[in-house]
Amino acid sequence: MNILIQLTYLASAILFIVGIKKLNRTQEARQGNTFSAVAMLLAVLATLVQVQLLTLPEILICVVLGGAIGIYWSRKVEMTQMPEMVAIFNGFGGAASLFVALSDYWTRAVEQPEQTTEIVTIVSILLSVLIGGVTFTGSLTAYGKLSGKVSGQAIVFKGQHLFNLILLLAIIACGAVVVLETGSVTAMLVLAAIALVLGILVVIPIGGADMPVVISLLNSYSGMAACTTGFVLNNSVLIVTGALVGASGIILTQIMCKAMNRSLVSVLLGGFGATSGGG
Amino acid sequence: MTIENFIFLLYILVLASYVGFELISKVPPTLHTPLMSASNAISGITIVGAILCVREGEASKYLGMIALVLATINVVGGYAVTDRMLQMFKKKKA
Repeated sequence: MNILIQLTYLASAILFIVGIKKLNRTQEARQGNTFSAVAMLLAVLATLVQVQLLTLPEILICVVLGGAIGIYWSRKVEMTQMPEMVAIFNGFGGAASLFVALSDYWTRAVEQPEQTTEIVTIVSILLSVLIGGVTFTGSLTAYGKLSGKVSGQAIVFKGQHLFNLILLLAIIACGAVVVLETGSVTAMLVLAAIALVLGILVVIPIGGADMPVVISLLNSYSGMAACTTGFVLNNSVLIVTGALVGASGIILTQIMCKAMNRSLVSVLLGGFGATSGGG
Repeated sequence: MTIENFIFLLYILVLASYVGFELISKVPPTLHTPLMSASNAISGITIVGAILCVREGEASKYLGMIALVLATINVVGGYAVTDRMLQMFKKKKA
C-alpha cells in the first residue's frame, strides 16, 4: 500500500511539472491548469489512503466547508478583482502551513513530550511558522491595499527598517529557545505572533501599483512554506511541489518586475525613496 | 528522521527547485496573472500536510482541521478562479 501511495505522489509531481509548463503557452494554459488540478486531486487521494481514512468524517467536514467557501468566492468575484482574490487565497495557503506546523509542534511539545524530536524537524517547524505567518498577513495586507480598504499609498514611519530588524532578532531568539527546549510553547506562540506582525510591516511600505509583484512574491513564499512543512512531516510530494512553486514564483516575480520596468529590489524597498507610482 | 533520509529529502528539494526555475520562461504578459493564480492554487499542496495533521489528539487535531479548511479554500478557490481567467482569455482569442 505504501508503494502505491509513493507512486501516486510521483505521478502527481510529474503532472504538476507538465501543468506548469503548459501554463506558459497561451493555447495550452487552460489544459495546464486542469493537469495541475488532477495532480492535486491525486495527491489528496493518496494522502487519504495514508491516514487510512481513520478521521474521514472530520476531513470531509473541513473539505466540504472549505470547498464551498472557495467555490462561492471564486464565482462571486468580479473579473477586475481577481488579483485581490488571489491575494486572499494565497494568504489562506500561508495560514494553512502555519497551522500545520503548529499542529505538529503541539503533538511534540504538549501531547507526546516523551517522543524525541530531531533538530531538523524543529527547525523546519520554526521556518514553516515564520514563512507561513508572514505570507498570511502579508497577503491580507496586499488584499487590503488592492481593494482600497488600506491606503494604497506607501505607508512609512521613522525607524521602520530598524524596527523590522529588531523583530527579526526577536524571532531568532524565540527560535533558539524552542530549539533548545522543545516544550517552550510560549516562545513558539510569541514567534508566531511576531511573524504575523512582520508580514504586515513588510508589505505596508510598498505602493499599491506594485501589489501584483508583491502577491507573486508572497505566492512564492507560500510554496516555500509548504516545502518546509514537507520536511516536518517527512513527505516528498509537499517538498517537490512546494519547491516547484517557490522557485517558479521567484522567476515569475522577476519577469513581472521587468514587464513593469521595475527592479525587484526597488519594489521591496518601495518606501525607501525609490521611484514611487512607477508601474 | 535519520540523516540519510534528510539528505535524500535535500536532494529532492534541490532538484525540484531547479526544475521550478527552468519551468518559467518567456511567458507572454497576458499570462502573468493566470500563471500567478495557478501557482497559488498549486501552493495549496499544503492541504496534504493538513490532512496528515487531522489525527488523534486534542489541540493538534483542531489546529489540523483549521489548516485543512484554509488549505481547501486555497486549492478549490485557486483553481476555480484560474479557470475563470483562462476561460475569458480563450473567448477573447476566438
